[in-house]
Amino acid sequence: MNKKRTNPETPGFEKTMELVFVVSAWVSIISVVLITVYIFAAGLPPIIKIGVSRFIFGTQWKPTAESPQFGIFPMIVASLLGMAGALVTGVPVGLFTAILLSELAPKRMASFLRGCMELMAGIPSVVYGFFGLTVIVPFIRVRLGSTTGNSLLAMIVILSAMILPTIVSISETSLRAVPKEYREGSLALGASRVETIFKVTIPAAKSGIMASVVLGMGRAVGETMAVIMVCGNISRIPRSLLDTVSPMTATIAKDMSYAGPFHQSALFGIGAVLFLFIIILNIVLNVVVQRSAEGNRSINE
Amino acid sequence: MNRKRRTKDLLLTILIWAFSLSGAVFLIWMLISVISKGLPGINLELITSEYNLYKGRTGILPMIAGTLILIFSTLVITVPIGVCAAIYLTEYAKQGLLVRTIRIATESLSGIPSIIYGLFGFIFFKNSLGLGFSVLSGALTLSIMVLPLVVRTTEEALKSVDPGYREASLALGASRLYTTCRVVLPCAIPGILTAVILSMGRVIGETAAVIFTAGSVPKIPRLGRFLTSSIRTLSVHLYVVALEEADFTGAYATAAILIVIIAVLNFTAKRIVRRI
Repeated sequence: MNKKRTNPETPGFEKTMELVFVVSAWVSIISVVLITVYIFAAGLPPIIKIGVSRFIFGTQWKPTAESPQFGIFPMIVASLLGMAGALVTGVPVGLFTAILLSELAPKRMASFLRGCMELMAGIPSVVYGFFGLTVIVPFIRVRLGSTTGNSLLAMIVILSAMILPTIVSISETSLRAVPKEYREGSLALGASRVETIFKVTIPAAKSGIMASVVLGMGRAVGETMAVIMVCGNISRIPRSLLDTVSPMTATIAKDMSYAGPFHQSALFGIGAVLFLFIIILNIVLNVVVQRSAEGNRSINE
Repeated sequence: MNRKRRTKDLLLTILIWAFSLSGAVFLIWMLISVISKGLPGINLELITSEYNLYKGRTGILPMIAGTLILIFSTLVITVPIGVCAAIYLTEYAKQGLLVRTIRIATESLSGIPSIIYGLFGFIFFKNSLGLGFSVLSGALTLSIMVLPLVVRTTEEALKSVDPGYREASLALGASRLYTTCRVVLPCAIPGILTAVILSMGRVIGETAAVIFTAGSVPKIPRLGRFLTSSIRTLSVHLYVVALEEADFTGAYATAAILIVIIAVLNFTAKRIVRRI
């Protein structure tokens, strides 16, 4: 039967299938448009109703108070601080791991480390959160004397680990794409292997590494379930690493379960702000990738 | 080399090794701490009994069923679409504006955080389309989420098929569709299988997008209407239990099970890739 259906003699069927392929390819485009439209359609009206500056720069989040207040500034700060903290530890560790994998490690070692990174990428974010809740948070409480242990620091530790696989895999790919002649040239000029890595290979792979950092930023800002379990979920601007925080994602997920109608639409407002941030990151990423493509072209010419 | 350069080299090499190993150390720390506390809690009763706190039952059978149902429903939607899209991109499309737009859209989809998918699924599938908290809402949302993964992995697989096969088939007078279905696709099966396994991992690990669309009802849905009932997956269960119950035994066991499943899936995917 199958043979009959894919018989070359039936041009009508050919056309139909081609249409099916085209339509399937369109699904991604349609999805992106739908998501964008629906997120903003649900998120912008409450922001406008509350007042853009009162929403973005307000420091009080009291959705259930008698005169409710919807200020998300502390959440934006928490998200950004969490992201920055994750980059501070995640990027050097990730980049150095990528260097080890592409330039230095013996084959066995490399395949072990790569396996570790793949497993880290696959482990569900709730498991990271649970590990944070049961190990990192108590550690911070007991050793560093924070009152609850739920803190910005715990969030940063978990996020750094979570963005690591992204940074490693993209950086490694771009380091591997650096032409061998560059390294050989540098080595022939008398530079050592390590000098070659830092002075030649890394600068040549710069835009790929940048792309990995931007992707890592997106991961860190968007991460929800792992963060919610370790951050403490109290919306205030942190004064130290040991303060509890509540980034945008955590507030949305935490409040959704009990939010009343307007409170819920305010949460969609936070979603819209988060989504806007992700869009900006995506645009930056596209520019970086474009530049790296152009860079490669100029190398080949 | 003079001494200063040599010490600098040595220091940097040590730094590279130390940093690189710290990631692996973190992973092993996490694995040991979760699995060592989780394994003792895994027993036959846990995985074969219902979940009902009033009766003092904390089995995870409904969550295992829920996870399987969600995986199956998501794959049924996303794999055909993803494979067809990849076929279009590699076998039919001419480079141009449409292809570039599709690529940008696919890239963008993979950059959207799961909480946004959750909100979108909540407004669009659950509210606007009136599907409620159900497997269908969850599966539709997740199938958009894993679509980029399926498209990209399948595309890679299709591209790696020797162009000589295509040319030979076309030269023999076979149509493009016949060539694609009978010559190219069979060669790309391992790649598509990898896509399926990776998608399974994503569905299993997802929480934020699931909890807002498929809900978190810890019951095995009735066979006749599993698409319209709410379910709870293992990941959602871990989240709920860890935050709501004081006793971590069940949570540890669930976390350990999740890690083991992901490790097995990763290993299988790797084996398939190696065989290609």
